[in-house]
Amino acid sequence: MNTNGTPDLSAFDGIDFDEAERRNVVIIGTGPAGLTAALYAARANLEPLVFEGTQPGGQLVTTTDVENYPGYADGVLGPEMMEDFRKQAERFGTDLRHGSVTAVDFSERPFRLMVDHETPILADTVIISTGASAKYLGLKNEQRLLGRGVSACATCDGAFFRDEHLAIVGGGDTAMEEALFLTRFAKKVSVLHRRDTLRASQIMQERAFANDTIEFLWNTVVEDVLGENAVEGLKIKNVETGETSTLDVTGFFVAIGHQPNTELFKGWLDMDETGYIQTLPDSTYTNIEGVFACGDAQDHVYRQAVTAAGTGCMAAIDAERWLAEHGAIDGVRTQTEYHAAPAEDSDGGMAVQG
Amino acid sequence: MADNAKYVTLTDANFQDEVLNSDQPVLVDFWAAWCGPCRAIAPTIEELASDYEGKAKIAKMDVDNNQQIPMQFGIRSIPTLLFFKDGRIVDQAIGVVQKRELAAKLDALASQAA
Ligand SMILES: Cc1cc2nc3c(=O)[nH]c(=O)nc-3n(C[C@H](O)[C@H](O)[C@H](O)COP(=O)(O)OP(=O)(O)OC[C@H]3O[C@@H](n4cnc5c(N)ncnc54)[C@H](O)[C@@H]3O)c2cc1C
Repeated sequence: MNTNGTPDLSAFDGIDFDEAERRNVVIIGTGPAGLTAALYAARANLEPLVFEGTQPGGQLVTTTDVENYPGYADGVLGPEMMEDFRKQAERFGTDLRHGSVTAVDFSERPFRLMVDHETPILADTVIISTGASAKYLGLKNEQRLLGRGVSACATCDGAFFRDEHLAIVGGGDTAMEEALFLTRFAKKVSVLHRRDTLRASQIMQERAFANDTIEFLWNTVVEDVLGENAVEGLKIKNVETGETSTLDVTGFFVAIGHQPNTELFKGWLDMDETGYIQTLPDSTYTNIEGVFACGDAQDHVYRQAVTAAGTGCMAAIDAERWLAEHGAIDGVRTQTEYHAAPAEDSDGGMAVQG
Repeated sequence: MADNAKYVTLTDANFQDEVLNSDQPVLVDFWAAWCGPCRAIAPTIEELASDYEGKAKIAKMDVDNNQQIPMQFGIRSIPTLLFFKDGRIVDQAIGVVQKRELAAKLDALASQAA
């Protein structure tokens, strides 16, 4: 699919870019992709400027154990791992700032960015690592009751529901993981799934089935969330029988997957029909020269921390080479030089023996 | 502005005095150390505490160390920001909110107070 429509530039009306800060590399987002891009760009002396957005550390700050990130032999807590990522990027001079990029103008270089609607920034290259966010069902009263019993993050909000009856919708691994997590607090967790089989992996299914606190309501869809100021129940429907009923729950967790955070770039970048940014094969190049994309924002296949970090590294190298080719910096360093680059502090480089 | 922050640290014990009995409007940020989005708005809260000094009280309550008040006010997610005036909740915001949105809410309350 191609860029749809003309980008809206009204956010730039009356904004003076004459005095705006100009940077070699601006990185949008601080999940595994953005912080790895920052680490590499910082070590290449590009002094990357990084905006954290509304979720510093990215999606992994919403989870507990990460068991499959190489290097953590005993597993690690998501928020702790992202703290490590941040420290490592900052150690080499990453300029990390609060704020979200709220508008982009990729029509000419340097690119123009607006941060939090008010601060103009100029960027010679932009690395997009905005990741993905939880999807909601789009029910009439879902957003109104968000934070009032509706949640897309069991690990963030579960502890506020001690001894209550909760519902969770979804049939994948994340849904099972979250249901299991919720059993630590809830007296009962009802998993609602629109089919009669789960998508979740065998091992996760078995764990969920074995847990007495979890009940499964098959062939069931949620029609609306009930309650004035807080969740008081769900209107549910059995799709086999067509019967509707009320489920008395005080919490409703949504675990139906994620969508890429790419709204901001619509009209500029090529995306597939679900909004994932398309990159040129074997690279992080987008259809706009000097704009690179990495991590979950451009990956609907793997969506792992390690692949996000991998493409983050690629984006930084792509940006460095691109800047060198376009005369903005003195020249690219070889792979060997990457590894030899000393750290700002004294314990040196990336050496890992010890 | 540094660390000697201008916001008030709330506990279950001082909530009545600091919030419900306050003659200024109060913004209460319910947060916890492990909450990423709470960290994201923390600087905004600190800035507001400076900006509104004398006009509104900006306060933070750690929901890990204090459970009674968060439960009483039905906190289900953090960050939740509640705006109090004359001992009653008059406005709220949930999740990461832009500074200017919060400032607009505070302006509305502070002007009524004057
Ligand atoms: C509950 C859960 C458990 C998971 N467990 C695992 C696991 O065990 N192992 C594993 O490998 N993967 C796991 N994943 C997947 C993994 O979290 C993602 O693949 C990975 O985080 C993607 O990294 P990312 O850097 O692309 O984006 P994200 O982590 O999504 O980070 C996006 C970043 O962009 C920022 N941002 C967005 N928009 C803007 C903007 N406009 N301006 C500025 N900043 C912006 C956000 O604030 C955030 O910092 C899990 C995911 C979830 C939700």
